[in-house]
Amino acid sequence: MSGIEITLNDYLALSTIIFMIGMYGAMRRTNLLMLFFSTEIMLNAVNIGMAAISKFHGDLTGQMFAFFIIAIAASEVAIGLGLLILWFKRHNTIDLDSLKSMKG
Amino acid sequence: MENYLYIALFAPLVGSLIAALFGNTPKKLFVGILTSGLLGVSLIASVNLLAHVFTTGEAIHVNMMDWIVIGNVSIPFGFVVDQVSVTMMVVVTMVSTMVHIHSIGYMDHDTGFNRFFSYLSAFVFSMMILVMSDNFAGLFIGWEGVGLCSWLLIGFWYHKEDVKKSNDIYESPYSTLSPYSSVSPGYAANEAFIMNRVADLGMLIGIFLIFWNLGTLQYDAVFAHIGSLDTGTVVAIATFLFIGAMGKSAQFPFNTWLANAMEGPTPVSALIHAATMVTAGVYLIVRANEIFTVVPEVGYFIASLGAFVAIFAATQALVATNMKKIIAYSTLSQLGYMFVAAGLGAYWIALFHLATHAFFKSVLFLGAGNVMHATNDEINIKKMGGLKAHMPYTAFIMTVASLALAGFPFLAGFYSKELILASAFSEHAYILWATLWVTAGLTAFYSFRLVMYVFYGKENYDHSKVHPHETYPFVIAAMTPLAILAISAGWFEHEFVHMVTHILPEYHPHLEGSTNLILMIITIGISLSGIAFAYFKFKKSGGYFSESMKNNFIYKLLANQYYFPHMIEAVILKPYLAISKFSWKEIDMKLIDAIVDGIANGFYAGGESGTAMQSGSLSKSLKWMGIGILILLILVVAFGNLK
Repeated sequence: MSGIEITLNDYLALSTIIFMIGMYGAMRRTNLLMLFFSTEIMLNAVNIGMAAISKFHGDLTGQMFAFFIIAIAASEVAIGLGLLILWFKRHNTIDLDSLKSMKG
Repeated sequence: MENYLYIALFAPLVGSLIAALFGNTPKKLFVGILTSGLLGVSLIASVNLLAHVFTTGEAIHVNMMDWIVIGNVSIPFGFVVDQVSVTMMVVVTMVSTMVHIHSIGYMDHDTGFNRFFSYLSAFVFSMMILVMSDNFAGLFIGWEGVGLCSWLLIGFWYHKEDVKKSNDIYESPYSTLSPYSSVSPGYAANEAFIMNRVADLGMLIGIFLIFWNLGTLQYDAVFAHIGSLDTGTVVAIATFLFIGAMGKSAQFPFNTWLANAMEGPTPVSALIHAATMVTAGVYLIVRANEIFTVVPEVGYFIASLGAFVAIFAATQALVATNMKKIIAYSTLSQLGYMFVAAGLGAYWIALFHLATHAFFKSVLFLGAGNVMHATNDEINIKKMGGLKAHMPYTAFIMTVASLALAGFPFLAGFYSKELILASAFSEHAYILWATLWVTAGLTAFYSFRLVMYVFYGKENYDHSKVHPHETYPFVIAAMTPLAILAISAGWFEHEFVHMVTHILPEYHPHLEGSTNLILMIITIGISLSGIAFAYFKFKKSGGYFSESMKNNFIYKLLANQYYFPHMIEAVILKPYLAISKFSWKEIDMKLIDAIVDGIANGFYAGGESGTAMQSGSLSKSLKWMGIGILILLILVVAFGNLK
C-alpha cells in the first residue's frame, strides 16, 4: 500500500456521484425502461454507501441492509417490468409522457 | 338535623325541575300546587332548623361533597346553618311559599303558568344556596343563580314590544308618571342582568383578593385570619365585596335596574325585588361582618351611601303614579336603612330590619298584585280609587303593611327602623340620623298617598271595562301569614337579639333613657304626621300636587327619576353604542375580518396557482421531488450548523 489509501469519504463521494448520475437519468429520460435503469443506479449508489459505512464502522447492519435493498430492487423490477409490458401492449409506447392521467 | 338541612335546600330544586318538565305545556294547576307544597316542606324544615339553632345555640355544618380540590386548594360544597343563615332561610322560605300560593291566583290566566313556577322555585333554590353556603365560592354561585332567575323572571313577558322613547313626561318609559316601568320587559331584564354583572366583577375581585391573601374561601378560616392582613388589603377586599353588594341591592349608582325590574310579574317583584334577592347585599355585609369590622372607614362609607339612597329613593316615590315603582322605591329606601345599620356596625339591626321589611314589603307587593289583577293590569294609581269597597281584604292588608312600612308604633317596621335611627344617633352620625328621620316622614307620606289613591276617593277607572273584584280567597289566605308577621315580627326583638348575637357583634345604641324616648317620640311624630298629611290632604282636595306644582322643575326632576336614566343613556349607553359600532365597522370588519379573509384568500390563491405543478408528467414530478430534497438538505445543513 504505497501512498494512496482509500478512505470512507472516497467511497461516499463515489456513491454520491453515481447517485447523481442516476438522478439525472431519472429526470432527463422519458423512456420508462431507462427510468428503471436510472432507479437501479441510484439504489446501487446507496448500496455502495451502506456497504462502505458498514465496513469502516465494523457494523454488519449496513451490509445486511444492502442485501435487503438488492432483493427488494429485484422484486420491484420484476413487478415494474410486468406493468411496463402491460402498458406497452395497451398503448404501444413506453414513453413517460404518455402517463399523464394524474394531471391536477 | 342534617336531613332537615338537605330538605330545606333541595325541595325547591325538585319542584323547579318537575315544573320544568311541563314548561312548554298549557297551564297545569298541579304544577303550581306541587311547587308551593315543596316550598312549604322547605319552610317546615327551615322552621325546624330555626327551633334547633334557637334552643341549642349550635350551628349545623355539613360538607356535602368536594368540589374543587387542586393541590392544597380545597373548595367544598359545604353548608352552614347558623343563627344568621337560619334567619334568612326562614324569611326566604316563608315569603316564597306565600308568593308561590299567591302566584297560583295571579298567574291563573297566563300561558306560561308552568314555566313561571319552574323559574320561581329555581330562584328559591339559588337563594338558599346563597344564604346557606359556608364559603364565598358557594355564595357566589347562589349570587349568580339568583341573578339568572331574576333575569328570567323580569323578562317573563319577553314578547312585549318596546315602548317608544318620548319627551312627554306621561308617556316616557323613563318617567314614573307613565304607565310603563321600562322600555320593555326584555330591556329591563337585560338592564338588571348587565348592571349586576358589572357589580359582580367587583365582588369577584374581592373574592379573588381573599383567596390570594389567605388561600381559602371558607368563612371560618377567612374571618379567623382577616386580622393578620394589612389594612390596605382589607380595605380593598371590603370595598370590592361592597361593590358586589351595591349591584345586588341596587344601591346608587346601580339603582336604576330595580325600578325598571317592575316590568316583571308582580309576585316576582314581591319575592325577588323586595323581600329576598335585593337583600342579599345586606346579607353579604352581615355575613362578612368580621371583614367590615376591621375597617370602619369602609363602614362609614356604606352608611353614608345607605342614607343617601334612602332619601334619594324616597323623594322619587313622592310624585310617582306608577304603583309598583312607588313600592320599588320604598324598597330601595329601606335597603338604604339596612346599609346604614350595617355600615355603623349594628349588624343584627340590619338583619332585623331585613327580616321585618321582607314581610311587610312582600305583602304590600302582593296586595298591589291583587289590585292590578282586579283592574286589568292598571298601574297608574290615579286611575284607580275607591277600591276599598270592592276589595276590602286587600285594602285592609295593604293598609296594615303600609303602616308597618311607615313605622307605625308596635308594628314590625317600627321596631327595626327605630333601632336604626337610634344607632345612627348614638354613633354621633347626626347627618345620617337627620336624613333617615326625614326619610321616615317621606316614607309615611308616599305609602299613604298610594293607599289613599288606590282605595279611597272617587272611582277613576273606566267602568265600562274594569269591574274590580276581590281576588280568590286562597290568595288572601296566603297573604294573611305575611300580614300577621308584618304586624308582629317586631315583637320578637329580644329573642332575635339573643339568638343572632351568638355570632354577630353585640350592639346596642348607647343612649340615655330620656334621649331614647325623645328620639322615639319625634320619629313616631314625623311618621304619624306623614300619614296624617297624606290622609287629610286627600280628604280635603282629592289629590296632592296642584297643576302649578306639576310644572315646577323639582316635580319634573323627581318624576324623571332625577334624570338619572337619561344621564345613563347619554353618558354610558350612547357612547358605548358608538364605540361598539366603531369597533364593529372599523376594527372588526376592516381589520380583523380583513386579516382572516386575507389568510384564507392567500391559501386559496396559492393552491389555485400551485396546481400548475401537477402537470401529470412523472419526470416533472421527480424534478419537484429533487428540488424538495435539495431544500430539505439545505435546511438540515443550515440548522445542523446552528446547533
